[in-house]
Amino acid sequence: MNGTIRNLLEQHGRLPVTVSSLADDQDLYAAGLTSFAAVQLMLGLEEAFDVEFPERMLNRKSFASINAIAACLSEIAPQKAVA
Amino acid sequence: MTRNTSLLDRAAEAASVASRYCDEVDRDSRFPTESMQALKDARLMGIMIPRELGGESANLRDIADVCALLGQNCSSTAMVYAMHQIKASSLVSHGADDAWHRAFMACVASEQLLLGSATTEGGGIGGDLGVSNCAIERDGEEFNLRKDASVISYGKQCDAILVTARRAPDAPPSDQVMATVLKSQYTLEQTSTWNTLGMRGTCSDGFILNARAPVEQIFPQPFAEIAARSMLATAHLLWGALWYGIAANAVARAQAYVRADARKKPGVTPIGAVRVAEAANMLQLMRSSINAGIDKFERAQRANEELNSMSFAIDMCNLKIGTSRLLTDIVNQSMMVCGIYGYKNDTPFSLGRHMRDAMSAPLMINNDRIFGNTSNMLLVHRLDQRLVG
Repeated sequence: MNGTIRNLLEQHGRLPVTVSSLADDQDLYAAGLTSFAAVQLMLGLEEAFDVEFPERMLNRKSFASINAIAACLSEIAPQKAVA
Repeated sequence: MTRNTSLLDRAAEAASVASRYCDEVDRDSRFPTESMQALKDARLMGIMIPRELGGESANLRDIADVCALLGQNCSSTAMVYAMHQIKASSLVSHGADDAWHRAFMACVASEQLLLGSATTEGGGIGGDLGVSNCAIERDGEEFNLRKDASVISYGKQCDAILVTARRAPDAPPSDQVMATVLKSQYTLEQTSTWNTLGMRGTCSDGFILNARAPVEQIFPQPFAEIAARSMLATAHLLWGALWYGIAANAVARAQAYVRADARKKPGVTPIGAVRVAEAANMLQLMRSSINAGIDKFERAQRANEELNSMSFAIDMCNLKIGTSRLLTDIVNQSMMVCGIYGYKNDTPFSLGRHMRDAMSAPLMINNDRIFGNTSNMLLVHRLDQRLVG
């Protein structure tokens, strides 16, 4: 799953660094993720995993790292997350 | 919850001083020195600071009330006071666990210091608070910072400035921190002069700020968190409060005009009476939405995580857009009521200053920029459709 997240981050994250240089637990905001790009990433993830992020996940913390995003996805779509 | 009604009583003298000097402040585009001194004399600068640090732990509702009162008398005084309190809210929310900022808060309360803000920047950044060009450059236990700040409101008059910058020279533009720098730690080189349509007394000149200060004066949290958790919400609520004050005074003038007309011709409803009723209707909408916004903020503060949520951000953005639009509509409506007496600058019903000051509201953080942000968030956020949330 982290691979898919990384691909989407590369496409939508508009980061000034390459996604491969980021560790799974690294702070994405410190890496340059803006709130605008975070929403675009969220849309990409919803499409790719066929999910909808519930209201309680629409905050900075949910998108703070690749691991944090993976944790949200595992929670809302456990069966897809293993794929 | 107990309301500290004495804050309003204490602000009454400052409000009356503000009213006395407002035309001169506006005409000469000068700092409202007299009313700001009166606010200091009434010990109203440090009221948001916690009691254990010498403040009064005043809540946002009471401070909003003071802003609204000042707004009825002098928009510039109200705006300077509101901006100061917005900065104070960042100290209170984010400096409580940090030794340097605790000591500084005690100082703000005891010395009645005026806090300024340098969050906007030249070089194409403009009003986008979420990105910086300038960067903190660490040098041992101290840091250097040079910021080409296109606007620092009352930069010459404030005692300390809360300034945003990139965390380090190699940090991306959105990875920002905020630092407090004291007047003795910075120099300001003026680059532009605040000669504007309205809000002329805020003296929001442009400066190049050069600062050197100990690194402990940098807030530990990322600026994005400070913006989300204290700055944007308190800004939109306190601006809304002072805008309400401007609107309330405009309607009061329109109402006084119609009443005088009615007295002269008993039995005939004055032509402007219906417009006064309509303005009063809009004023009530404005008042209700600000009060509801303050309720929401207080609830979110208690729930904590809520402050970082998209729904809270959208609510606060909508509050700003809504109140700024209502303000310009209300002043416009009041002008129609007072007619030539509102248009002239020297009658008891003059509304030119109100109108010019009001025009700043949709522009300070441009409503179109805010709509841009909310429209992005609304791509994923689903609005709460309940009536009583």
